[in-house]
Amino acid sequence: MHPILKLVIQRVALGCLLLLAVSAVIFLGVEALPGDTAQAILGQSATPQALENLRQQMGLNEPALVRYFKWLGGVLTGDLGKSLTNGTDIATAIGQRLGNTLFLAVSAAVISVPLALILGLVAARYAGRWPDKLISGITLTTISLPEFVAAYFVIYLLTQVFPVFLPVSMVFPGMSLGAKLHAVALPVIVLVMVVLAHMMRMTRAAILNVMQSAYIETAELKGLTPMQVIWKHAFPNAIAPIVSVVVLNLAYLVVGVVVVEVVFSYNALGQYLVDHVTKRDLPVVQAVGLVFAAVYIGLNIIADVVSIVANPRLRHPK
Amino acid sequence: MKLTLSAGIGILLTAMFVLSAIFAPLIAPYPLDLTVGGVWDAPSAKNWLGTDTIGRDILSRLIYGGQITIFVALASSVIAFSLGSFFGFLAAVRGGWTDQILSRIVDLMMAIPSPIVALVLLSVLPLNLPVLILVIGVLDSTRVFRLARAVSMDIAVMDYVEAAKLRGEGQIWVIFREILPNALSPLVAEFGLRFIFAVLFISTLSFLGLGVQPPLADWGGMVKENKDGLIYGKSAALMPAAAIAALAISVNLVADWVLSRTTSLKGGRGA
Repeated sequence: MHPILKLVIQRVALGCLLLLAVSAVIFLGVEALPGDTAQAILGQSATPQALENLRQQMGLNEPALVRYFKWLGGVLTGDLGKSLTNGTDIATAIGQRLGNTLFLAVSAAVISVPLALILGLVAARYAGRWPDKLISGITLTTISLPEFVAAYFVIYLLTQVFPVFLPVSMVFPGMSLGAKLHAVALPVIVLVMVVLAHMMRMTRAAILNVMQSAYIETAELKGLTPMQVIWKHAFPNAIAPIVSVVVLNLAYLVVGVVVVEVVFSYNALGQYLVDHVTKRDLPVVQAVGLVFAAVYIGLNIIADVVSIVANPRLRHPK
Repeated sequence: MKLTLSAGIGILLTAMFVLSAIFAPLIAPYPLDLTVGGVWDAPSAKNWLGTDTIGRDILSRLIYGGQITIFVALASSVIAFSLGSFFGFLAAVRGGWTDQILSRIVDLMMAIPSPIVALVLLSVLPLNLPVLILVIGVLDSTRVFRLARAVSMDIAVMDYVEAAKLRGEGQIWVIFREILPNALSPLVAEFGLRFIFAVLFISTLSFLGLGVQPPLADWGGMVKENKDGLIYGKSAALMPAAAIAALAISVNLVADWVLSRTTSLKGGRGA
């Protein structure tokens, strides 16, 4: 078998194993903590008899391991159970919201990735001079801000000082793409701000690292302009680290989305998760937590696979 | 050690925040929960930063809120450090199975983004300060573990550690008397970064309504209380937001400075 294929299969298998372990942590770990689901539903004043009946009805008297495998079986067949608070089907609810979350994350990624690469290239080209210092200074500041703080500064600036946008993002089925894009403009700006800094700094670092190689010196000595050197010689060799940084930041985006959705009351997965944590609706929290973990692990696998494929030593084995 | 301008600003601001947190009851012009004016009054001579959603003085609440934010962040970074560095050193000294098991547990914990783990945990655990501190501390200890393990791996093969083992010292003695003093400077530099992380973490949780609960106030919670005012052009929510940003940036400046000092002496600081 081709060594690349073997490595890729190994990575994917390892990822699946990790996801399985994560599902066990999310389910069994939470079971091990003090707290009683039946008590959570009925409240402190429930009679022992009512508690017992509910436990019987929900199957809570079975051992945790048996319930874990039942739950896992359900997850694999697309049945995530029902919400404790309002009895709706969790899989349907997630299905409706996942699209909105992905729309937000993808819009942010489409803007931030090219922008981060360009800024990273510029900063690396002028390393140590004012464009580099300016870009680095600004990104260091945005790294220090939590998402919601950045969000409220952006909201204040763009809805009050310069009233361009509305402070709430409502997306509903049947909206045209243009209207949708206008509605998510503010959350997207915030998300771009949050991930741009990391991506750009890592791009800069990766290119500067490559710039110390002997072949870069050769390229400089044969008279190429600095931008040609970076674009033709440094960039292709920095692709593997850059891609992994980009994908890792997209994974971060998936988490940043949770807070940003709450800020803008954007009806999607993150908002759904936070709402149900507040209501202590465990099945929903476990299901959504698993979805977020799966996306995060999936993106990490992609990052690994891309850096394997981008490595010419592995692509053309001797 | 030469003090740079940015480090000076960082130290000054950080000291200001810490002092105002310690002496909060002496400095704050009004008590935490006293209504002193109208809803979202503009800043005036009486209320320097204006009033909040139910007419409480924002400056006073900021000062008291800083107390909670800084205390929670400090306590959880201390826990993260004690846990992370102890187990990191243990993994490095013992090696073999201990190292494998501890490292795999940490890998697993880091495979899920920590805010998501925190949300899942907080949907079951009671919401009070000790629980919050413990959750943030344990989640953050994974990064300290990796750093401590990487640093002490290099130290564990040094001759003086070998000598200590040969003269029959126990593992605990080796960890605390040989490894810890030599691994301290990269760990201290990392402390600042972990502290910022904890500040952002607790603020975010409180903002989501899952952190510090009223009547206690912290900065994240204050942003949450006053966020609706932004729609009407009331900037009250921006004051605590600015406080979080200022604290994070100033600690960052100090940590950067310490880091550049220690890395030049000690080599890489690890992941």
